[in-house]
Amino acid sequence: MNGIKNSELIVRKIKNGTVIDHISAGNAINVLRILGLKGSENLTIAVVMNVKSRKLGKKDIVKIENRELTPEEVNIIALIAPHATINIIKDYKVVAKHKVKVPEKIVGLIKCINPNCITRQSREPVTSVFTIVSREPLILKCEYCGRYITSEEVVNQLSRW
Amino acid sequence: MFKGRDVISILDFSRSDLKTLFDTARYFEEFKGRVFDYLRGRILALAFFEPSTRTRLSFEVAMKRLGGEVVHLGEIKRTSIAKGESLADTIVMLSNYADAIVIRHRLEGAAKFAAEIADVPVINGGDGSQHHPTQAMIDLYTIWRELGKIDGLTVGVIGDLKYGRAACSFIYGLTLFDIEKIYLVSPLILRVRPEVKDYLKKSEIKFEEKEGLEDIIEELDVLYVTRIQKERFPDPSEYEKVKGSYIVTPEILSKSKKNLIVLHPLPRVYEIPYEIDKLPCAKYFIQAKYGVPVRMALLKLIMGE
Repeated sequence: MNGIKNSELIVRKIKNGTVIDHISAGNAINVLRILGLKGSENLTIAVVMNVKSRKLGKKDIVKIENRELTPEEVNIIALIAPHATINIIKDYKVVAKHKVKVPEKIVGLIKCINPNCITRQSREPVTSVFTIVSREPLILKCEYCGRYITSEEVVNQLSRW
Repeated sequence: MFKGRDVISILDFSRSDLKTLFDTARYFEEFKGRVFDYLRGRILALAFFEPSTRTRLSFEVAMKRLGGEVVHLGEIKRTSIAKGESLADTIVMLSNYADAIVIRHRLEGAAKFAAEIADVPVINGGDGSQHHPTQAMIDLYTIWRELGKIDGLTVGVIGDLKYGRAACSFIYGLTLFDIEKIYLVSPLILRVRPEVKDYLKKSEIKFEEKEGLEDIIEELDVLYVTRIQKERFPDPSEYEKVKGSYIVTPEILSKSKKNLIVLHPLPRVYEIPYEIDKLPCAKYFIQAKYGVPVRMALLKLIMGE
């Protein structure tokens, strides 16, 4: 019984860390993959999936105790969870709240899927550039070869596990 | 408007840009065989990393007719590229030697990349499977010259629409005009890419995908034919099965409008039999001929004073 109570508490409140809210339903695991959190880092993590949301209908939430996200990590999360809000918690209080924003151009972060694209040539000094075709579902376009890349591919590439 | 600019995609150009280009090309057409002074003392580098006949020769002829000179990369195996020199380093060098560069490369985005590196204008002579902007200019010019207009026409594009850069560039080029309808005719595995289809939708161009010409030939004002390569089919027997549907025969043309014109970026293989050449609708050699005045116009507008 004690264990159940504890886990309920974790879902409700963490002392210090980050709460990523309003993740589109089903994407919490992808957020963990992108952050490289496997569960073996000795961090307390709560993953809540498919809960009711006024804004999204259904949403996922990820709470990570004792870990603050870097701005780079926040930007990457924006790609797969464009409505997410990031709450920084200190001593049980929200001390900062950020809405993620999908950048207009994604430079150097993602690899083009087209093996004949100039950006795939290791010896050429060229950095990949993608622009947004659609935010939901996420579709990006390579600025060099024009090829589309979908959210599934983006998650696979950005995933650290 | 044109001076000093790069030519990467046909979509970098507006309809009024093309009007300027066409008027200039029309002017040069009147003086076939004459050598002008517009680019006297200027040098154009031809960096062809892939085989080419018409594009390379017509750029060379165009530059010489404008009074300028050309330098070639020549055979790749006799250059430093064969020793492993990167495209970037090759472009830096050419940019220091010449006043403009024409590049043809197997890799997609190579021309855009070269343009970012070079200090001089870069003209895409075909890269990857999407862009061949100067070919599209010639194709559109041919329609304008032969039919007097581009707006309001129904155009069929047949062949390899997935990997064929001339077809792809031509389709993009059509979006600059008020086309009645585009029919995209190809085997299922060689249909246009999603990004091209998306662009057609965004441009609000009416289009339809087909697997044969039979039911649409009567509607067409322009039939743009491209080559289907056997190597594109994972199973050679699949190619044998479909290839007949993509050959333009006199029988199929007998059902067309009287004023239909047949274009082809060339080289052709089997898709247009020789017997078609003598029909009045066959305009592909005239189209190739227009390559010189159109490229003269482009070079003059970009490199001239």
